[in-house]
Amino acid sequence: MAQALKQNFLKGIIKENPVFVMLLGMCPTLGVTSSAFNGLGMGVATLFVLLMSNIVVSLIRSQIPAKVRIPAFIVIIASFVTVVEMVLEAYIPFLYEQLGIFIPLIVVNCLILGRAEAFAAKNTLLDSAVDALGMGVGFVIALTALGATREILGNGSLFDLRFVSEDASTFILFILPPGAFIALAYLAYLFNRFTQKSA
Amino acid sequence: MKPKRRASTLANMVLVLLAITLAAGVTLGFVNQWTLEPKAAAQRARKLEALSSVLPEFNNQPVDQVVRLAVGRDSIEYYPAYMDDTFVGAAVTGYSEKGYSGNVRIMVGFEPDGTILNIAVLEQKETPGLGTKMKGESFIRQFRGQNPSGFDLRVEKDGGEVDALAGATISSRAFCEAALMAYEAYVDQQNAQPDK
Repeated sequence: MAQALKQNFLKGIIKENPVFVMLLGMCPTLGVTSSAFNGLGMGVATLFVLLMSNIVVSLIRSQIPAKVRIPAFIVIIASFVTVVEMVLEAYIPFLYEQLGIFIPLIVVNCLILGRAEAFAAKNTLLDSAVDALGMGVGFVIALTALGATREILGNGSLFDLRFVSEDASTFILFILPPGAFIALAYLAYLFNRFTQKSA
Repeated sequence: MKPKRRASTLANMVLVLLAITLAAGVTLGFVNQWTLEPKAAAQRARKLEALSSVLPEFNNQPVDQVVRLAVGRDSIEYYPAYMDDTFVGAAVTGYSEKGYSGNVRIMVGFEPDGTILNIAVLEQKETPGLGTKMKGESFIRQFRGQNPSGFDLRVEKDGGEVDALAGATISSRAFCEAALMAYEAYVDQQNAQPDK
């Protein structure tokens, strides 16, 4: 039992990492990861929405008629996203401003709908919550790693701590959109190189 | 384990969706009410922080004495600052629609004679690493202590005296335009009501 839960949790981080293995939720992944802090913030916001929506979907899964399950899931997800948006604006306005349009766009992150449809709609509350935590943590790690890589190369800093002078020339390309694709590709390669045993 | 689902009859679908949207609406209403005050407080705190970073010491409430002025397609704000009822300067916002990506909005603090004390960037969506350096000390430094009556607020490329950011002339130009707008509004306001 505990072993199964652990397996369930770890699969989201390694074997089925949403970003590096399943390549889900690419819009926020590429869009907001211009710094490690942004990546972390987006990851945590998504983790919260994923966890709450998985819990609610799992709780009411037997009550939802199959034909209207997608609209039902979307309403649930959109509600939690709106809650996150309002709470961020009220209590962490700095992060709210940094993430901007990408917060409402969590609604259309296919990772969240994907887990609701593929997992929470068929599994118990506990399993769904653990699945969401695993996937969410995997997402946080991936976004933070990508943000950190881009910030170090593009801005010469990490979590806003500069380790080069303000006038030093850095690979600005990495903070720009093309750098997101390049960094993601290399990180995904490295990740898979070291975690996936069978090709 | 095969999931047992409620059958997809019309009545079931309507009822379930109604229940879900109703619950969502009520929840959001509550959260909205609960965050209304902290949201307003956070906005006010941000404004105050910008104000105290660009103004000399004051002990009035500039936020409550704000004057809104229509300029161009938008409006700007004029915050007078007093120390024991003596006018010590004002913070004026300025904006430019010529940013590299979206509007640039800044707040400029003036001494009574129009000398720039400091500038805070309120809103910008410029290119990270290039245009965003307008928030940096090395760019803002050159404006401090300058009086725009004797300091040409244009980038050097346009014949002015502002050293533009490397690789971000457009952003620098927008910044200067916003600063000039703030200065002109400040002068107008002083001419209309001196020391207010």
